[in-house]
Amino acid sequence: MASLRTQFEVPGKMKTWSYALMGLGLVALLYGMFTKGFSADEHEQVHFWGTLMYNSIFWTLICNASMFFISVTTLAHAGFTQTFRRIPEAISTMVPIFGSITFAVLMYIIFGHKHHIYHWLDTEAVAADPILKGKAGFLNPTFFVIWTTLTIALWSFLGWRIRKLNNEADQAPMDQTLAASFIKRGTVRTAMFTVWFGLTVGSTIPWLWMMSIDAHWYSTMYSWYTFVSSFVAGISLIALWLIYLKNKGYLELTGQEHLHDIGKFMFAFSIFWTYLWFSQYMLIWYANIPEETVYFKHRVQGPYKGIFFFNLIINFLCPLLILMKRAAKRNYTLVTFMAVLIIFGHWIDFYQMVMGSLMKEHVELGWLDFGILAFFVGTMILFVGKALSKKPLIAKYHPYLKESIIHQV
Amino acid sequence: MAKKKFVVGCFNDEAVLFPAVKKVRTAGYKIHDVYTPFAVHGLDHAIGLRETSLHTAGFIYGITGTTTALSCISWIFTKDWPLNIGGKPHFALPAWIPIMFELTVLFAAVGMVLTFCYLCQLAPFVKKHHFHPRATDDYFVMVIECTEKTNIEDLKAFLTNQGALETNFQIAEEGWWLGRYDKDEMPFENTEVVAA
Repeated sequence: MASLRTQFEVPGKMKTWSYALMGLGLVALLYGMFTKGFSADEHEQVHFWGTLMYNSIFWTLICNASMFFISVTTLAHAGFTQTFRRIPEAISTMVPIFGSITFAVLMYIIFGHKHHIYHWLDTEAVAADPILKGKAGFLNPTFFVIWTTLTIALWSFLGWRIRKLNNEADQAPMDQTLAASFIKRGTVRTAMFTVWFGLTVGSTIPWLWMMSIDAHWYSTMYSWYTFVSSFVAGISLIALWLIYLKNKGYLELTGQEHLHDIGKFMFAFSIFWTYLWFSQYMLIWYANIPEETVYFKHRVQGPYKGIFFFNLIINFLCPLLILMKRAAKRNYTLVTFMAVLIIFGHWIDFYQMVMGSLMKEHVELGWLDFGILAFFVGTMILFVGKALSKKPLIAKYHPYLKESIIHQV
Repeated sequence: MAKKKFVVGCFNDEAVLFPAVKKVRTAGYKIHDVYTPFAVHGLDHAIGLRETSLHTAGFIYGITGTTTALSCISWIFTKDWPLNIGGKPHFALPAWIPIMFELTVLFAAVGMVLTFCYLCQLAPFVKKHHFHPRATDDYFVMVIECTEKTNIEDLKAFLTNQGALETNFQIAEEGWWLGRYDKDEMPFENTEVVAA
């Protein structure tokens, strides 16, 4: 153990890159804010705030997916994650940061009465509309604000408690009773997070934040779809950090066996994403009821057609065909390539979910989207790197560590 | 069917079995197979089995299923008997995907089970020689194939040195043949067990 490099030091190059990306993003953000965000033209406003919204929601959710990954593996008493568990832990420290950005953006939309984004904010329209009136118990500013605040606060807090507990595994060897109580407390804390995660990402939050843009339309599949989209991208993000640290000579105890399992997650959840994508699409296509097909009309037959099917190719066909073989899931280069592709693919998926509803007439995927993406990527790299350097990379007294070291697929 | 000569060594511990497998292979003996009461992690690598191609077969069965479903259903609904169902186009791909998926799964599953049975030589009304009945209970049974050069007594002594509790020599059929276990003799009746 003594020879292990457990202390991560943030390389200068990584810092430079993250600051460069953040700078680039800030330029795009500020330029966009003054030319579009505060412009008198509602179309420009919607473009700017919508872009900021889907990016911040996407990054909050995929960083939160890391904590969900920790929680489900802890609940399943899975040992294999222990050698690299500090990576999802570090990524999940982004939840309060990206969560605050999301919160600020959403509150600006709510209190700025941006009813071109959330149509249900327009009280006069709601009063005249029986469908929106029926949904007013759920779609109203008070509930939105309270539920959003609670959601982000509890994600951050419950996640923080799980990370804090795992610090005990750094300090001293555990005897049988201490180890048993450590596992038990971990199970309780992760169970609490999982329940809250199910109540938010698994059901209400995607309805509130994103589906309510199309205030008349609804799909019970939508939240699951959003959750899987963020989960598979979150797993890919873990894979990228794992391979990065491995390349820098850290994580000696993590190897192809662990990568294989992460690859399986990426493969399996890509398929699951497609399953939900198709279940949502086919039922609406088959029933062919106008108030349901309104969501797909401009996506399948309108300007978003290209992005819509491109999305299916990179999020389903590529993972299916490329990650199917065992050798591919154990190959660092291929997994890196697929992880980048999957994250990009699901970012595009979020793009069409939000912007496809806000700007139905034309696709304006351009400098603003990629600039704000750069801002989030840069922030993520900077803070995850910092979080990784604060703790040892391996919790060396964790009861399951040995199981993880000898893990074999 | 070819009968072959085998030397059989029985172990009762994985921890003894693994070094023994290694030693037997380095000594140049050819391991026919190792029969264990449960799946032992890493034993396939230790006895030098190649990776199975069952998954490749599975992929081929799967795409056969997809192709069968797609060609069949598209021919029926566009050429053979076009029907107007709810005003949908004749070539209604989204509606067919569940069927394509089901047939993919069906072909892959059934095909892989049959292939697996064939590779393991398992089938109804077919018999295989059992080298030791306790391989299904608590013994790890290592079977070594003899050549003309193999000195049987040396090999038995070698296995005993490696920790085998029981060794014996058998001339047995290596493949499968038609027959029934419940009608014909039981596997343990013709096994000549020689104490080490």
